[in-house]
Amino acid sequence: MKRIRGNILALILLIIFILPFIYPNNNFRHILILFLIFAGLGESWNIITGFAGQTSFGHAAFFGIGAYTSTILFYKFHLSPWIGMIFGAILASIISAVVSYPCFKLKGHYFAIATLAIAEIIKQIFVSWDYVEGATGISIPIVEEGVVNFQFHSSKIPYFLIAYAFFVAVVFAAKFIEKNRMGYYLKAIRDSHEAAEALGINTTLYKLYAMMVSAAFTAILGTLYAQYILYIDPFMVFPLEISMKIVLLTVLGGIGSIYGPIIGAAVLIPLSEYTRILLGGTGKGIDLIIFGALIVIIACYEPNGIIGLIKQRSRKGDTSVEKAEALS
Amino acid sequence: MKKQKLSLEKVTMKFGNLVANEDVSFEVNEGEIVSLIGPNGAGKTTLFNCITGFYKPFSGRVYFEGIEITGWPPYKITSLGLTRTFQIVKPLKEMTVRDNVLTGAFLKAKNRKEAEEIADEVLKFTQLYEKRNILASSLTIVDKKRLELARILATKPKMVMLDEVMAGLNSTEIKQAVEMCMKLRESGITLLIVEHIMEAIMPISDRVIVLNAGRKIAEGPPQEIVNNEEVIKAYLGERYHAKSKKS
Repeated sequence: MKRIRGNILALILLIIFILPFIYPNNNFRHILILFLIFAGLGESWNIITGFAGQTSFGHAAFFGIGAYTSTILFYKFHLSPWIGMIFGAILASIISAVVSYPCFKLKGHYFAIATLAIAEIIKQIFVSWDYVEGATGISIPIVEEGVVNFQFHSSKIPYFLIAYAFFVAVVFAAKFIEKNRMGYYLKAIRDSHEAAEALGINTTLYKLYAMMVSAAFTAILGTLYAQYILYIDPFMVFPLEISMKIVLLTVLGGIGSIYGPIIGAAVLIPLSEYTRILLGGTGKGIDLIIFGALIVIIACYEPNGIIGLIKQRSRKGDTSVEKAEALS
Repeated sequence: MKKQKLSLEKVTMKFGNLVANEDVSFEVNEGEIVSLIGPNGAGKTTLFNCITGFYKPFSGRVYFEGIEITGWPPYKITSLGLTRTFQIVKPLKEMTVRDNVLTGAFLKAKNRKEAEEIADEVLKFTQLYEKRNILASSLTIVDKKRLELARILATKPKMVMLDEVMAGLNSTEIKQAVEMCMKLRESGITLLIVEHIMEAIMPISDRVIVLNAGRKIAEGPPQEIVNNEEVIKAYLGERYHAKSKKS
């Protein structure tokens, strides 16, 4: 059973990898890149919320910090976005630790509300901060394309490859965390704070670790997004919409599961991009209406999302096999 | 002179004006089984919480193996080797039985492989090995209580505090639980047990401590305690005690 599961993940990753080559359409490739970014964001969010049970509605803050750090360093100091990306990840980690440490005293919904508020505060700071060009945003200077400059103009394939590499890295990091001490500790904290303490787990410290790892990955994907779009403003990289999309796609796919964000992003991203392509500006928000309805329908049957439904089915299959074995 | 494991010095716990524990002092020696009994609301669970760091005592001191642990966070106390079960079981619901125990095992294990070895050993000891792949939330109450114990045993404690592990069990299950306590003692673990089922714990206890309304009213070997006037009064009430004297 375990081996089959490992192979399913490998198969999914392989299919994603060959898709842009068998269907060479720029629009499709664009959707794939966004899919990879958002699936990666879902995976990072999963570490703090799916594993550790600390609901964050403010991940756009770290996404934006990642995007802004690399962009500012490139725009003002001509520092390679790759180095900027690392600084962004470190900065997002530090900020996440500083703001979430006091918030960890809050439980459940209150923590979620605090993260929401903090993300909005950070957005407002960027809107009125002249040094980072405020609400006007920054157009990233176009330079020669290439890996070093993290800019590609003639093809989307390099962006796809980078997004794919980041996505795979996040998936394996999440998987590694899940399989080891940290994953067990985070899940223990999620299921019972007190039981976790009685087992010798420093709950605050582990929540902090989870938040920092999650924020760092989110920031890295923020840099990628900025380098891909080549323009950022606070309303693009800090909006509540991004925080919500991360939450919604993971919830639809299956919270706390590696597959959840992949499934969720595979539904949400094509949905929002195609409605946007088909309906233009008037289609704004329709994707979320459809998506919301989907979540409601699925949550009625299985609170653990699509992956929960699949597991339910396979568990039924398992028990029938066991019964058959017992009978024979 | 036996080695002291746990010692309490005048522990007092207040919630606003309500005094839950008042000047409670006692010692537990290495290898002993000590029972903590008392009527409902006597402050047994509060005292447990004060010892294990879930509450910070209002005043008084708690020592474990000579180290003062008053007001330490629970996880630190657990890593010293003193841990507890919860009266209201807290299984890690979305994990399997084995993963529950594995979580505890990580405390003293260097890596996952070592943790798995500890977990399997504990699962066999607590007779949960056959059920290791079941989700913790779908266990029966007896097995949930076993799991509660298994999980903390995986942290390799030196002393375990059991909070009503036998409540709600039938007589066969109680017997098994008692045997488990004896086996724990043989393996060198000191036990402090809160329990209501007297016939189960009286025979295995070295000493019994009685709490009533937050105060320690008696301490001694089980035979002494069952004949102690104060204790009978606390359990039966003044009036009935008086009646029993007349007749």
